[in-house]
Amino acid sequence: MSTVSAERLATIFVEAADTLVAEFDLLDFLHMLTDRARSLVDAAAAGLMLADERGRLAFMAGSDENVRLVELFQLQNDQGPCLEAFRTGQPVINVDLAAATDRWPRFAPRAAQAGFRSVHAFPLRLRTQVIGALNIFGSSTGGDFDSADVPVMQALADVATIGLMQERTIRRSEALTEQLQGALNSRIIIEQAKGALAQLHGISVDEAFRRIRAYARNNNRRLTEVAELIVTDLAALPGLAER
Amino acid sequence: MVQRLIDRQPADLGLLRRICLAAVEALSASGSGISVMTADGTRGVCATSDPVSERVEELQFVLGEGPCIDAFADRRPVLAADLSDSEVHRWPVYAPAARADGVCAVFAFPLQVGAARLGVMDIFRDRVGPLSGTEMQTAFTIVEVTVEALLDMQHELARDGDGAAVLDFGRHAELFQAQGMVMMQLGVSIGEALVRMRAHAYAENRRLEDVARDIVERRLRWDGNN
Repeated sequence: MSTVSAERLATIFVEAADTLVAEFDLLDFLHMLTDRARSLVDAAAAGLMLADERGRLAFMAGSDENVRLVELFQLQNDQGPCLEAFRTGQPVINVDLAAATDRWPRFAPRAAQAGFRSVHAFPLRLRTQVIGALNIFGSSTGGDFDSADVPVMQALADVATIGLMQERTIRRSEALTEQLQGALNSRIIIEQAKGALAQLHGISVDEAFRRIRAYARNNNRRLTEVAELIVTDLAALPGLAER
Repeated sequence: MVQRLIDRQPADLGLLRRICLAAVEALSASGSGISVMTADGTRGVCATSDPVSERVEELQFVLGEGPCIDAFADRRPVLAADLSDSEVHRWPVYAPAARADGVCAVFAFPLQVGAARLGVMDIFRDRVGPLSGTEMQTAFTIVEVTVEALLDMQHELARDGDGAAVLDFGRHAELFQAQGMVMMQLGVSIGEALVRMRAHAYAENRRLEDVARDIVERRLRWDGNN
């Protein structure tokens, strides 16, 4: 990460704090965050999970599809770095996946199989509350975090958390619950849309997601909005509906 | 805990009514109501815990404003812990009217699975203040039970309310992907697709997530001669 300029670092932090814009979309924000976190330390992939009201983590955003599957595997097997960071409130740093089979008997081999060599996880925390965790995967064991990277990445996670918690009406503690529940439902809409598009075009769900993201980006529309139209009014999206 | 509370309500009442009564008990509320709402404009109060709640629930549809309507439109909970506060500006007609009926706080939860929207559940309280962390968790469990009850009713399934873990929201991406696929295969709405999948799982005595996996891996489909 030593090559990152101060200017670029500042830009990323401003983006991570910028949740007060009028057209804020939580899922878009979280996707941006995983992309930036990944590029900041030149990692292979990054994934982000948030806790629902019952303290159960749910996958929210990933820098690519590969990481999404690994994150879901982590949740289904109830073991892995994100869960550890979430439960302890402490970062998990520089774990070599090849040597982590004792620590995570199911997760470590699965992540290695996906092409990752090392893993790190940072809690999303504000004071005593932990609302989720950010996972960073490396594709080489040589690309480990140096001592300067750790505080920068934790700071990014902290700034993003503050941004999330102050989004909209800061004075209402219920605002975060409303926002998180809305985002969890948006996540479900995206999965439904992936299935629908995969069926329509005879493509994989991963390819379907790539098309949905590309369409949203190219047409300057929100991911959630495009996904919802796919399952409720596909004719409104001619570019995606055509076989 | 929630299921036991629902089971304890008078057996001669409908399931949705029993859920409303259980919600009042579990959340120390003064009332609750379930309204069925769909994207095509269907609106109607479906069950309430008591006559006052029925009136307050109806009021939103009469006035065309209120937490329930916002929760449906925004697809996320609307938690109004104090109707006398700034919330008045949000619902200038509804808020004073609800307060006249003794309602000081309203917590409205959308009943939905992704893009499939079924309605809204309202929790009313006669005192100001937020739901505690534990109460909020209980509320979300009640909401899931209600969603399952509504889905089952659409298929007239005489299931006992053992709905636990049939829908584990947010975890099983395949369930929702399968739902999208079935929607396209059958040419039905996204909500109807889930109803069909659940009916199939029930008839075949299989777990819903196993059925979903078969659909995503294209071992099971509805558009051919399945």
